[in-house]
Amino acid sequence: MIGKFILASALATVACLAQAQEVRIGVNLPYTGIGAELAQQIDRGMEQYLKLNPVKGYKITIVKRDVKDPSGGNARNVIQELLTQDKVDVLAGWVYSPNAIAAAPVVNAGKKLAVIMNAGTAHITQMSNYYVRTSFSMWHAGYTMGEAAAKNLKAKTAVVGFTDFPPGKDMLASFRRAFEASGGKVLDEIPMGSAGAVPDFTPFFQRAKDKKPDVFFVFVPAGDHSSAVVRTYGALGMRAAGIKLIGPGDITQDNKLQGMGSAAVGLVTMHHYHADLTNAENQRFVASWKKDYGADSTPDFMAVGGYDGMAAIAHAIRATKGKVDAEEALTALRGWKFASPRGPILIDPETRDIVMNQYLSEVIMKNGRLFQNTIATFENVKDACKALKIPPCK
Amino acid sequence: MSAPGLSEHPAARAMVARHRLRAWEPLPWILAFGFYFAFPNHLGFGTDLLIMILFALSLDLALGYAGIVTLGHAAFFGAGAYAVGLLAHHGVWNEPITGLVIGAAVAGLIGLISGLTLLRTTGLTLLMLTLCTMALLEEAANMGEKYTGGFDGLPNLPIPPLFGLFEFNPLYPRVQYLYVLGVLFVCFLFVRMLVYSPFGQSLTGIRENVLRMHAVGAPVNWRLITCYTISAAIAGVAGALWVQTNTYVNLTSLGLDRAATVLIILVLGGYGRLYGAFVGAVVYMALSHFLAKVYPTAWQLGLGLLLMLIALFARNGVLGLWDRLMGRLLSRRAPP
Repeated sequence: MIGKFILASALATVACLAQAQEVRIGVNLPYTGIGAELAQQIDRGMEQYLKLNPVKGYKITIVKRDVKDPSGGNARNVIQELLTQDKVDVLAGWVYSPNAIAAAPVVNAGKKLAVIMNAGTAHITQMSNYYVRTSFSMWHAGYTMGEAAAKNLKAKTAVVGFTDFPPGKDMLASFRRAFEASGGKVLDEIPMGSAGAVPDFTPFFQRAKDKKPDVFFVFVPAGDHSSAVVRTYGALGMRAAGIKLIGPGDITQDNKLQGMGSAAVGLVTMHHYHADLTNAENQRFVASWKKDYGADSTPDFMAVGGYDGMAAIAHAIRATKGKVDAEEALTALRGWKFASPRGPILIDPETRDIVMNQYLSEVIMKNGRLFQNTIATFENVKDACKALKIPPCK
Repeated sequence: MSAPGLSEHPAARAMVARHRLRAWEPLPWILAFGFYFAFPNHLGFGTDLLIMILFALSLDLALGYAGIVTLGHAAFFGAGAYAVGLLAHHGVWNEPITGLVIGAAVAGLIGLISGLTLLRTTGLTLLMLTLCTMALLEEAANMGEKYTGGFDGLPNLPIPPLFGLFEFNPLYPRVQYLYVLGVLFVCFLFVRMLVYSPFGQSLTGIRENVLRMHAVGAPVNWRLITCYTISAAIAGVAGALWVQTNTYVNLTSLGLDRAATVLIILVLGGYGRLYGAFVGAVVYMALSHFLAKVYPTAWQLGLGLLLMLIALFARNGVLGLWDRLMGRLLSRRAPP
């Protein structure tokens, strides 16, 4: 049988395999459906961390479970079973925010460390004291971009286009708040269809073009939406009209970027990671990734969420000598610092959410391929939603 | 005028006896109880399975018995779910049993109102309109995000202990399982009684030959509307149970995914035969659950193959296949 348990145990030292203490990690991800590609990125990110930084002396067993959809119900059952059947020591995963929200009561009852590797709705880390987030909050990129649009890009006016679901609304709220606080003005807010299917963006973009803003801030979910955004922007001649297309890094997701062609040149994005970052950890990470999964494959911000999540778990394992008692592990992770491929990160001791750099980057053509050139770095950015206590954040 | 001994004819006897309890009918309930003791760590899955059976049973009433072709049955599941979820979240009402009644009433009302217009149509038009009704409700829940929580849903709903005594444990859902099992049993008895009643017989008549039913003076439209409303109300109970056991509801409860899944389950088990919902839900849910556990990335392949085989070789679902096999076996044994 190929296995209920996919063992990462080869990583444990061979000599003391028999004595090595076993740590069981229960991973919940959408391995099928529209989230499958994201789950694969996170899976590989975890795998790369364990490969590049073996956790010596412990046998790490990863139990993977498919949560199938963002309904909350399946994720709840999966997490219930990981805790009661598989007796895992640590929970990890969560691509969809609704699943993190629905599972919070089960996580609270299970009393195990739970590492969120993607789900970005700002307030979810406040729903359980066992949640630690190594990905991002929607407010990280949105709020920082609002400031940067006014200060670095010298924009006075903006139009916001967003996919009409909670991450999009979060992005709108965070960008607008920071942009207007920095003296800018949002001329229009355009909901652009649902996350389930890629709409025809032409009417939305035409409406934005008619308002003649300095910048057009667009949020669409990472995936196929972004290619369509770039295509429509090019087709309507918005660049020639002097309107800069900006957004969070979701619209220049690394593994979609090369497929966008030259229309993507000039896009300005704000994010905590892109594969072209030049720090040593990232170069090692990307090189190992390409060696294992092919030269055309690229890690993106999902992968780095999985990588850092596994790093956090490894730290918790070492700090608790393999027991991974939740309280002890949380104490060890509060204020934990790590040199990630995305630059230095820290787990905020108060909120258990990540504190990290944000990079303002522009897409340029370099050696015949699209390259994300970092223009400015904003250091140690906290989740502004919690810092400013904007409901439902506390 | 009746010929002597006509009531002794096998067909007549079968007709008269068809509503009587058969010897094997307690079996599903014994199995469901057995599951409780045999798999104490699978009760979360078990609870979902029972809810799915109830939901499929409600669809069987509309689709299987009355022949109302619908692809939007999740509208009623979601209506029941949101009725309970909204009341609990906003601190109005959260007692479980009365919650079910409220869920049924709200879903039934939506079934009645939409049924009044929808059921004037048939076939593909009806299919599209049921789909549209569901889409409208889903978008309404999305637009009313302030109250419904939208895609992120209503979190951590406070559901008090059942009868004030039995608490819903989020980690070991034993109470939830037995509660859902009890509700399913009551609803099943009701549906069983209904389909063998003259009302149920007239539904089958409408499905089989609507012109003749008009000709004999049956109030076809009202029968369909009544059936659709009852079916919607039971789907609402299923939705209400889902919310109470999950303490969570979001937009997916109104989604096409759920509506399509329940349709597949019913067709898989065999529609228009009461127990099709049971067989279909058990086969579909158990396969997708345990395959997904063993092969988290590739389980859909196995499920897809099964569905193809069923569609190709067992047009009337698993139970239809069973009937055919038994029929062959019996006819071989019987003297020529």
